[in-house]
Amino acid sequence: MSKNHDWFLIYYLNGVMSVDVKIELEGGDMIAYLNGEIDHHGAAKIRNDIDLRVEGAHPDLLILDFTNVSFMDSSGIGLIMGRYKLMKDIGGALKITNPSPQIKKVMKLAGIDRLAVIERLKQKRRSDYFDKK
Amino acid sequence: MIKNEMKLQIPSRSSNESFARIAVASFFAQLDPTVDEISDIKTAVSEAVTNSIVHGYMNEIGDIFIHAKILDDDRIYIRIRDKGCGIDDIKQAMEPMFTTCKTGERSGLGFTVMQSFMDNLKVRSRKGKGTTVILTKTLKKRI
Repeated sequence: MSKNHDWFLIYYLNGVMSVDVKIELEGGDMIAYLNGEIDHHGAAKIRNDIDLRVEGAHPDLLILDFTNVSFMDSSGIGLIMGRYKLMKDIGGALKITNPSPQIKKVMKLAGIDRLAVIERLKQKRRSDYFDKK
Repeated sequence: MIKNEMKLQIPSRSSNESFARIAVASFFAQLDPTVDEISDIKTAVSEAVTNSIVHGYMNEIGDIFIHAKILDDDRIYIRIRDKGCGIDDIKQAMEPMFTTCKTGERSGLGFTVMQSFMDNLKVRSRKGKGTTVILTKTLKKRI
């Protein structure tokens, strides 16, 4: 049996968890901590949550944090581009932090690095929300 | 020569997107692929299955047929087929950023991602009959 067997089981269980988002305000910045796998199914779920909070608070900067995102396909690009347009409409900017190499590959293919700053943080972002949980 | 194969049939529910890509990736685990190779396979399968769900069966639930094969020399073959509405113009559909979706939430990059992440992509489609996507890749020899 392949030595990858257990690893796949863990990966599978991660996958069925799908995706959720926790949103926090820090000064004028809004940070959306994404968690899970972003595909067409998952993107639809978190899109509304982010938009409602952005439209309510009108932040200067929206940070999409990918530290806890294990997978993303081109549906995630649609999600990022949609939020980029929304931030542009309200006169704000978009930043992306800590995407994995696979996710960065998808982002570069779509030219996201030309629309938004993609940042690798030395100190991994941690939401207070997850600490309290 | 086919060394091993797997067939999977699933309804076009978006909740099956993660199941489909993980099932295909798990099947190829026996070749001991690298993490990058597994990511590439998962992403390409996710794109093809999402196309069938979003475009093939736009307003209905239909079946998606996945056939994965391990061929000689660590070559992998994945066929993803639907019996949905088909594609009007395949050449146009394969152009980066082209999408028929009006909501602005689809990037139009599905085929571009499949082409970039796999070695080869073939698309066959007939209006009203459905679409077949064939993805192939040779995995790197492990030292």
